[in-house]
Amino acid sequence: METHEALYQQGLARIEQLRKQKPRHSETLQQKLEQNGITRRDFMKWSASVTAMLALPLPFSTLVAEAAELADRVPLVWLHMAECTGCTESLIRTTTPNISTLIFDYVSLEYQETLMAAAGWQAEENLERALSAYKGSYLLAIEGAVPTANNGNFLTVGCKGHTGLHIVKEAAKDAAAILSVGTCAAFGGIQAAAPNPTGAVGVSEVIDKPVINLGGCPPNETNIVGTLMYFIMFGKLPALDMFNRPKWAYGARVHDNCERRGHFDAGEFVEEFGDQAAKDGYCLYKLGCKGPYTYNNCPTERFNHHTSWPVLAGHGCIGCSEPDFWDEMADFEKPLGRKLLHGLDATSDTIGAVILGATAVGIGAHAVASIFAKSEEE
Amino acid sequence: MNKRVVIDPITRIEGHLRIEVEVDQNNVITKAWASSTLWRGIEVILKGRTPMDVGLIVQRICGVCTYSHYRCGTEAVENALGVKIPPNAKYLRSLMQSSLHMHDHIVQFYQLHGLDWVDVVSALSADPALAAQEAMKYTANPISAGEGDLRAVQERVTKLVETGQLGPFSNAYWGNRTYKFTPEQNLIALSHYLKALEVQRVAAEMLAIFGGKSPHPQSIVVGGVTSVRDMLSPARLQEWKQKHEFVNDFIIRAYKADIVMAAAAFGSEPSVLGGLNVPNFLATEDFVTTDGQFMFNQGVIMNGDLANVSDLDPMQIVEDVTHAWYKADAPQHPYDGTTIPDYTSLVERETVYGKLPTLNEDGKYSWVKSPRYNGEPIEVGPLASILVSYARGNQVVVDAVNGLLETTGLPIEALFTTLGRTAARMLHTCIVADECLKTFDALITNIQSDESTYTKPEIDPNKEYLGHAMIEAPRGMLSHWIRIKNGLVENYQAVVPTTWNAGPVDELGQMGPYEASLIGLQLEDPTKPLEVLRVIHSFDPCMACAVHVMDYKGQNLGEFKIDPNGF
Repeated sequence: METHEALYQQGLARIEQLRKQKPRHSETLQQKLEQNGITRRDFMKWSASVTAMLALPLPFSTLVAEAAELADRVPLVWLHMAECTGCTESLIRTTTPNISTLIFDYVSLEYQETLMAAAGWQAEENLERALSAYKGSYLLAIEGAVPTANNGNFLTVGCKGHTGLHIVKEAAKDAAAILSVGTCAAFGGIQAAAPNPTGAVGVSEVIDKPVINLGGCPPNETNIVGTLMYFIMFGKLPALDMFNRPKWAYGARVHDNCERRGHFDAGEFVEEFGDQAAKDGYCLYKLGCKGPYTYNNCPTERFNHHTSWPVLAGHGCIGCSEPDFWDEMADFEKPLGRKLLHGLDATSDTIGAVILGATAVGIGAHAVASIFAKSEEE
Repeated sequence: MNKRVVIDPITRIEGHLRIEVEVDQNNVITKAWASSTLWRGIEVILKGRTPMDVGLIVQRICGVCTYSHYRCGTEAVENALGVKIPPNAKYLRSLMQSSLHMHDHIVQFYQLHGLDWVDVVSALSADPALAAQEAMKYTANPISAGEGDLRAVQERVTKLVETGQLGPFSNAYWGNRTYKFTPEQNLIALSHYLKALEVQRVAAEMLAIFGGKSPHPQSIVVGGVTSVRDMLSPARLQEWKQKHEFVNDFIIRAYKADIVMAAAAFGSEPSVLGGLNVPNFLATEDFVTTDGQFMFNQGVIMNGDLANVSDLDPMQIVEDVTHAWYKADAPQHPYDGTTIPDYTSLVERETVYGKLPTLNEDGKYSWVKSPRYNGEPIEVGPLASILVSYARGNQVVVDAVNGLLETTGLPIEALFTTLGRTAARMLHTCIVADECLKTFDALITNIQSDESTYTKPEIDPNKEYLGHAMIEAPRGMLSHWIRIKNGLVENYQAVVPTTWNAGPVDELGQMGPYEASLIGLQLEDPTKPLEVLRVIHSFDPCMACAVHVMDYKGQNLGEFKIDPNGF
C-alpha cells in the first residue's frame, strides 16, 4: 500500500511534468474562471470536493487544483463502440465540473462523436490527427463493448469502413491510459449477455494493456470525472480492485452505505411494491435488491447532481456495475437467494425483527460479498 | 459524371450511421443510401428471460430516449398479461415521459442539430450590442442574450479559436454558404448552445426525481411505479415543479425564440425547404393528462392529405429486409418476425475522397429493417405527431401551429420541410412542457384519496400471451411486441422510430424517409456535405434504437451459436 506521502510526491512530479508541456489554451484556467464569475474560493471548494470524492486527504486539494489548471495538456479521445450513448449522456449531465467548463477548460477533447461538430471524412481526420500528434500522451476513453464475432463486422465506423475491433486496437497502441467507461466497455454489458450473438467483449479482452474499468450502466458522472482528474493529477491509474475498478469509487458495497440498511438490520422489508413498507422506505432486499453483491458508490454519490438513485426511488439495485450481472443477477425482482446460490435469502425471509437473525444476515451477506471481493485486500 | 459522397460517421447523433449519396455535375443529389453500421442483438438476448426483466433490458436499447423503451417494454408486458395499472402510476409515467421530452429535445436542437444552423466562426465577428438588440426581436425577454452575456461568450470562443485548438468545434463545415444567420444571430444561438448544456442537466434531474436516475431510470415495473415515497413527498413534488419552471423558461425564451429566428433567416434557403419526399405520417395517442385524456392524437396521414386522417391499425405494420443484413422471404408482422443476420461486405469504389469501401445498393447494406404501413414508407416523429393532432382538430395543437405560422409568416406548406420538422419538434416540446402541468395537477388531486401505485401481475405458465404497446418516444412512434410462453419471453420485437425513418429501400424499390429526403438536395461542396447533415439531423437519428432487432424464431437458445465465418 502506497503511503499518502509517496503519492503526494508523485502528484507533484506529474504536475511539474505537465507544466513543461505546451499549454493549449492561451489563458490560464484562473482567468477563465474569473470571466465566468467563479471565484478562487469557489474553485478551491470544488477542488476539496473532488479530493473527498477520490478518498484523498484534504491536503491533496491543492494538487487537484493544480492538476485542473494544467488539464488542457491532456488530450482526450473518446470512442463509441457497441453501446447506447448512455455513458455520454451521463457525462454531459455532470456537475463537477460542469460540461461546458469540461469541454473548454479542463481537458482537450479531441474526438467525441456525440459532441463534435465535424462529421464523416473530416471527423475521421480529427481522430487520426489526434492519435499521431499526441502519441503516447492521450487519454483514451471507450464507451461500449467490442463486437468480435463475424470478424468484428457487427460494427464498422468511418469512411474507411474499419471495424470497431480494428479502431480500438489502433487507438489503444499509443494511449497513455485507457478508460473503459461503463459496463459495456468494461465487461461487455447487455450485448454480451447470453447468448451474446455478436461476440461482444469488454475492451480489456482485445488489447494487452491495463484498462481502468468504470462499471455502471451508466457510471455515475462523478466516477467518470473523478477518474479523469485522477489521471491528470498523477499520470497513472488509481488503485484498482480485482475487476480493475478504482477503489475510491468501487471499494464498498452498495449495501454497506445504503440509506435503507438500518431496516435490513432490523428485519424490516418491503414485501410488495407500493405497500405500506414501501411508503415507509423499508429494505428492498426481498424484492430483489442486489446491493449486497454490488460494489459502487451509488448511495453516497447518487445520480444527477445527487437527485436520487434507484433504491431511493423504491427499486432494488440490479447490480449494474458487476461483470455479467445481466445473467448472474437476473431475474431482478427476486432475491438471488431464491436460486439457492447461498443461504442469505432463507435467512432474511425468516428473521423478522429477531436480533439473532439480523446478525446471521450480516454474516451471510459478508460471506457472499467475499466471493466478489477476494482480491480487495491485495 | 456522377460522384459518390460517403459520410461516416454521422456525428452528433446516438449510435453509428453512414450516409452515402451520389451527386450529378451540379452537385445535386440523385441517389441516397442510409446504413446503420452496428448491430447488437438485444431481442435474442431477451428470449427465455422473465417478462418482469424486459423493461430494464430493452431500456438499454438506447441511453438517450432511455425511458421510452423502458416504459414501452413494460407496457407491452402489461398489455399481454392484462394488467391494469393504478391512475397514479399512469400520471407518474406521464410526468417522467414529459421530463424526458423536455430534456431530449433541448439536447437535440442545441447540442446535436444546432451546429448545422449556427456558424460558430461567424459568431466571432458579431457586435454583441447589436446582437442583444437582435435577440429582442424574437422574444420580449431573451435568456442569456444580454450584451454582457454575449460579449463573454464571444471572448471565450475567440480565445479558443486563437489557440488553434478548437476541440469539439474543429474541422467542421464552417463558412458554408447555406449558413444563413448573421454574425449577431450566430452569437445569440451560440450563447444558447452553452446555456442549454446547463439547462439539460436540470431537465435530466426532473426525470431522476421519480425515476431514480437518468439515463436508465429504475422505478417502473410491470404493474406500476415504485417511487411511491417520492410521489407522497410534498418536497419532492415541489422540486419537480421548480425544475419544470426553470427548464420551461428556457424552452420559451430561448428554444422557441431561436426557431422563430431560424425561420426568418432560413425561410428562403433552398436546402432547408426540401427534405420531405415521403409525405406519409404516423403517430400514436400519448401523454396522459387526466384520466383517459391525451395531449396528442393517434392517426395516419397519407400523401400529405391533412383532410383525411385514418385510425392507426397495428396489424398494418410489417418489416421488410430486402436490403437489410437479415434473411427473410417476405415482409413480416412484428408478432411473427424473424431476424437472421446476413452480413455482406462493402464494395470498393471511387468516391470524392478516393477509393473507399462503400454500400452495396444492389444487395444488402444496413442493419436497419424497413417498416411499412399498409405497404407504404412513412415518417414518424414530432412532425408526424403535430400534423396528426392538427388534422384531428386538437385545439391545443391547432393553436400552437397557427400561432407559429402567424409569427413567422410562413405558409402551412413550410411544415413539410427540414425547417418544418425542426420547428415541429419545438412546438411539440412547448406543448408537452405546458400540458404536463395538467398531469401534475391530476396526480396531486388523485393522491388526496388514492395512494396506490402498483397492481401485482399474475402469469399463468400454462398460458400463452401476446401483447404490444405503442408510445411516442422523442423521435416518434415506438412499438414493442411480445409473445410469452411458459411464463418466459418466447419472442420479442421492437419497431422503433429511427427504423421507420432510416430503413433502406424495400422490395418495391421504395426509399424510406432519410433516403428520400436527400434526393434533389444541392451541395455547395460534396467534400463538405453540411446540407446532408442538416436534413438528417432534423430527424434526430437514434441508431442504437434502430438496430436492436433480432429474433431467431424457433431456435433453442441453449444451442444457439454464431459462426464467425458463416456470414
